[in-house]
Amino acid sequence: MSPTDSARQADADALLTVTGLHKAFGANEVLRGIDLSVRRGEVLVLIGPSGSGKTTVLRSINGLEIPDAGIVTAPDGIRIDYSAKPAKKDILAMRDRTAMVFQHNNLFPHMTVLENIIEGPVQVKGVSKAVATAEAVALLDRVGLAEKRDVYPFQLSGGQAQRVGIVRALALKPQLLLFDEPTSALDPELVGEVLAVMKELADEGWTMVVVTHEISFARGVADEILFMDGGVIVERGTPKEIFTAPKQERTKQFLHRILSPLD
Amino acid sequence: MVPDAAWQLFWSSLWPLVSGAITGTIPLALISFALGLVLALFVALMRLSRNRVVSGIARGYISVIRGTPLLVQLFIIFYGLPSIGLTIDPWPSAIIAFSLNVGGYAAEVIRAAILSVHKGQWEAAYTIGMSRARALRRIILPQAARVSVPPLSNTFISLVKDTSLASVILVTEMFRVAQRIAAFSQEFMLIYIEAALIYWVICLALSSGQSALEKRLDRYVAH
Repeated sequence: MSPTDSARQADADALLTVTGLHKAFGANEVLRGIDLSVRRGEVLVLIGPSGSGKTTVLRSINGLEIPDAGIVTAPDGIRIDYSAKPAKKDILAMRDRTAMVFQHNNLFPHMTVLENIIEGPVQVKGVSKAVATAEAVALLDRVGLAEKRDVYPFQLSGGQAQRVGIVRALALKPQLLLFDEPTSALDPELVGEVLAVMKELADEGWTMVVVTHEISFARGVADEILFMDGGVIVERGTPKEIFTAPKQERTKQFLHRILSPLD
Repeated sequence: MVPDAAWQLFWSSLWPLVSGAITGTIPLALISFALGLVLALFVALMRLSRNRVVSGIARGYISVIRGTPLLVQLFIIFYGLPSIGLTIDPWPSAIIAFSLNVGGYAAEVIRAAILSVHKGQWEAAYTIGMSRARALRRIILPQAARVSVPPLSNTFISLVKDTSLASVILVTEMFRVAQRIAAFSQEFMLIYIEAALIYWVICLALSSGQSALEKRLDRYVAH
């Protein structure tokens, strides 16, 4: 662990700290020592080529992926140590304060939009149906989908489904929002409406960890950017540092490929 | 026999046969199917367990049920068990045999249906804080139900016809009634075709029930 990481870990404002994350699928080492931390209200964006391990990092935060080693901590003494079999209650506690938006929205197809949104609050958190419904309707209204409350997911466009996915996450009132390539599966013309909602959330002060290929979003919204390649964090910094003065050769190459693919 | 007399026998046999279906065939099939489904769900979940002993037990059970004739299973329960001091009446014997049989076949259907639900559905359920059991009940099984209706309908329709085997362990279901009438009247062809017709009508009704159920469960699927 580098000294700066120790300093981050000591940061009392950190809502999430990840240290020493390692994961191999067979002989393929996808994570080779990842350290990161997110402060309250901060937007952390993970960029990097496919297969660089970004999504695995994100999924290790809420235990969808069980890495081989590494420690994830959150306030109030939540500590998941993956070097041993992690305790179920720690993972549940972590899931209790996070919510995730998926690449393929993963809405529940057998439930209406409204039922999708209130499922977590009512079934898991014990919120009354009336209260959960009122909150869900207000959130739907915010993302411009109030009139879709009673339709099934298959009746939504990709962009609408993804916005409902975001609302479903918000309805859980998480401390930390996790986005796993939320626009990668969308038609290009639908990307904007989803990014707009995400930007609004960032402006409102939500704490977010976002895996994305949307460089414009990273540039405009991120507080910190991590560039990952080959299972390590190659470079980290503010958008300005990463985009205008990348230090590492691999970062430069990646940005060049993404920003001017025809050169 | 002149046609008139044949018709007369046909009509006079109809009610005894239908009544055999109402008091024998149908309740036998319904009760066995209901119990068998509950059993099948547990067996399917055991089969999906990561614990090798648990999934091994389920595997073994399914293998035995599917690998031996239903008639032999019935004989073992009704004629075999008494020799080790366990005598079970015809009706419960039939229910036990048919339930165990449905349990074996439907377990594989349910297992496949659970596996057919996309992994992302489990993950979404977990991220909204659900336990495995709750995710299964609220998110996975409702979607698996849609997939399993056609094959489970097959199982049920087969079961309705298989209940005729219970006649050999003295259960008075429709086919046993038919055998009695046939033996008494010596009109084997007529009576057995009449019985076959009634089985067919019951299965037709079940098929249309299946369509209605599929339509209902299809309301959330793009057409």
